[in-house]
Amino acid sequence: MPIQKCVGPRLAQEMGLKPIEQNNQGKNGLDSPLLTLDGVVKRFPGCLANDNVDLVVRKGEIRALLGENGAGKSTLVKIIYGLLAADEGRITWRGEPVTIEGPAVARDMGIAMVFQHFSLFETMTVLENILLAMPKGTSPAELRERVVRISRDYGLPLDPGRHVHTMSVGERQRIEIVRCLLLDPSLLILDEPTSVLTPQEAISLFSTLRQIAREGRAILYISHKLEEVKALCHTATVLRAGRVVAECNPSETSARAMAELMIGDRPQSAERGDDERSGQIRLTVKGLTLAAADQFGTDLQDISFGVAEGEILGIAGVAGNGQRELMEALSGEGPALEDPHAILIEGAAAGQLGPAARRRLGAAFVPEERIDHGSVQNMTLSENAFLTAFRRLGLTRLGLIDRPRTRGYARQVIDGFDVRASGTEAEARSLSGGNLQKFIVGREILQEPRILVIAQPTWGVDAGAAAAIHQALIDLARRGCSVLVISQDLDEIFAICDRIAVLSDGKLSEPRPIQAVSVDEVGLLMGGLHDMAAIPEAGGREASLG
Amino acid sequence: MSDISWLVPVILTVITASTPLLLAATGELVVEKSGVLNLGVEGMMVVGAVAAFATASSTGSAVLAILAGLAAGAAVASVFGFLTLGLVANQVATGLALTIFGIGFSALIGAGYVGYALEPLPKLDIPVLNDLPFVGPILFGHDALVYFSFAALVGVSWFLYRSRAGLVLRAVGESHDSAHSIGYPVLRIRFLAILFGGAMSGLGGAYLSLSYTPMWAENMTAGRGWIALALVVFSTWRPGRLLLGAYMFGAITILQLHAQSAGIGVPSQVMSMLPYLATIAVLVAISRDATKIRLNAPGCLGKVFHPAR
Repeated sequence: MPIQKCVGPRLAQEMGLKPIEQNNQGKNGLDSPLLTLDGVVKRFPGCLANDNVDLVVRKGEIRALLGENGAGKSTLVKIIYGLLAADEGRITWRGEPVTIEGPAVARDMGIAMVFQHFSLFETMTVLENILLAMPKGTSPAELRERVVRISRDYGLPLDPGRHVHTMSVGERQRIEIVRCLLLDPSLLILDEPTSVLTPQEAISLFSTLRQIAREGRAILYISHKLEEVKALCHTATVLRAGRVVAECNPSETSARAMAELMIGDRPQSAERGDDERSGQIRLTVKGLTLAAADQFGTDLQDISFGVAEGEILGIAGVAGNGQRELMEALSGEGPALEDPHAILIEGAAAGQLGPAARRRLGAAFVPEERIDHGSVQNMTLSENAFLTAFRRLGLTRLGLIDRPRTRGYARQVIDGFDVRASGTEAEARSLSGGNLQKFIVGREILQEPRILVIAQPTWGVDAGAAAAIHQALIDLARRGCSVLVISQDLDEIFAICDRIAVLSDGKLSEPRPIQAVSVDEVGLLMGGLHDMAAIPEAGGREASLG
Repeated sequence: MSDISWLVPVILTVITASTPLLLAATGELVVEKSGVLNLGVEGMMVVGAVAAFATASSTGSAVLAILAGLAAGAAVASVFGFLTLGLVANQVATGLALTIFGIGFSALIGAGYVGYALEPLPKLDIPVLNDLPFVGPILFGHDALVYFSFAALVGVSWFLYRSRAGLVLRAVGESHDSAHSIGYPVLRIRFLAILFGGAMSGLGGAYLSLSYTPMWAENMTAGRGWIALALVVFSTWRPGRLLLGAYMFGAITILQLHAQSAGIGVPSQVMSMLPYLATIAVLVAISRDATKIRLNAPGCLGKVFHPAR
């Protein structure tokens, strides 16, 4: 079974990742543990999030924390970072028993964390966001220089004066990482750090992380990408349903074995049919030119493509190259276009229609931001399901909400996409990121749209669930839907798409059949036009491989 | 100079009419920037007014009276802080209750003081400067609270946009979860902001009962707390516009009074509406840029903070 597809070995190999040598200090046991957790238990109403978890992190060690969505990884690191208090168990830091009362205490101890959902202030500038995490008395002018220097050294380009609300997810993550690096931590916790990076960015991040580890700092690395864990991490702790089920050496354990430990059974990888797709074009974009809404956005320049019946078209690219603008233009969230014929949905001019009207024409949309755009946090899952599905599925009766049918539909999504929730009446905010994503994707797919536009379909979703979403997208296309996937995850695009185009600086390359392009080509196209300090080294390595 | 000398008393009354609004609104600006919506400004003002008047009439000390106004406003605000932050009560309902409570409570305290009058607060009196024609009385002829209201606004602007503590306060108002996750004590910062807002409202009330009309009358704030609240929102949380709004409101209030006494043929009720309409119209007109509003509005305004969700 081609399990490797869903964990992306090809990309890892082509990126030139090699398992690095075992950490000698840790192996010889010469080094005392930096952080030790003993029997940590955390209960939430109706759920045991951490069940007697033991964990040891040593200096200079990169330890992976592996587990499915809802396995308790985020809860565990929140306890370490002082955001949650453990119900039972002991925490030892540098040999001393400690109580981590809050994040401020954790940071004073030398623990820094990059969050999966970023803890950034949207209306403030990059510099202000970083200043807030610095000790008192930090001079803003001096900090600006340090930010510029660190962001250049680590290949994380940042403009300190930019406002965060104008930035994409990938760019925001750079702020978080730079903010942590500036704190000079002993233990750095990263929650899914590479999920929104290009291969080149990931390579440069990995060399950064290795350098940090060589300096004697420890890293706790949460990721679903097993090949990355194999390439980067010295040790791995596998969590399942809140318990530690295994400790392993990722360089000696196969990705498949680790995936089995995580999920309990083998994940299915997406299988693509190779039938001919020559049906009619359902979604057409023709000469779409759009000035950015603000000075920090990207102008879209003369974008043209078509998505045929039964086809999956992938648009690759680094965040901030026009993805947000393109998604807003396609979904109708943005301002009406000058030319209504720039976007044709089933042949109908849709350029000046709002999102609801476009949905009525047969399109469905899954935006990148699952919290602000994809769901209403304070509403229940059945209410969230109703919001986009009521017209197509007829979930109303005499103008009122048909509760039983709405609940039935939400139940169908929850069951069909393995959403871990307490029920259809759970609030959207109570779901973990990956589970919410599964719910939102499932909600759109089960409406059987004729066109589906989906951005970052598996961001923050674990390998098993990602494979399920990929399979659902492929099956949907087989049933005749035109699917447009906007993603930064090249593995994903190569795994499911029939054709690929690259969005760079607001311009879209000519879509080409997936068999006709290599990861290198696409990666360089994505990153090469981007202002990346680390390109030469990575590019050189890739060229020699290619 | 004699041809414009009639303007001097008009400008002086405009300043006295605007000062209590400016004081209370400056306090509420800080509160809202920290993410808390305290609708109890009116209640805190009126309690500050009665406390200041009672202290002034029993001790005769203006300094003690002003301090009493500050303390009374802060005390009422601390109740609000305890209920909304400590017991996680709804901010809107608690603020409204605070206003109703303040009006009733001040009437009870002030029952024995109705009908008495006080000497107004001493004016700054600088011999030579004060005798300058026109600019003398306008620049140098006020009591200390007027100067303080300007100093407080400048100080608050500096604090919010130039100091680190102000950045932290804005961060708490923008996203309390993010601020919490990088280690700031959200509830303590908000409580301090609420206390400051209460003290400034109390001071605004004290100005009314000590200087504007140096006497006590039941419900003497007459809705000024609500105007101060509205000014904060309509100024899109920007100090400069807050000053503009407060003075515009004060100016039109006074000018329409003069117009009424001059006997122009417009119903007095319509004239009384003018300050409200004009202030709102101007502030709405200058703040139509949605991006700017989004940049200045506190993201978590009025939202309840649940740590460790």
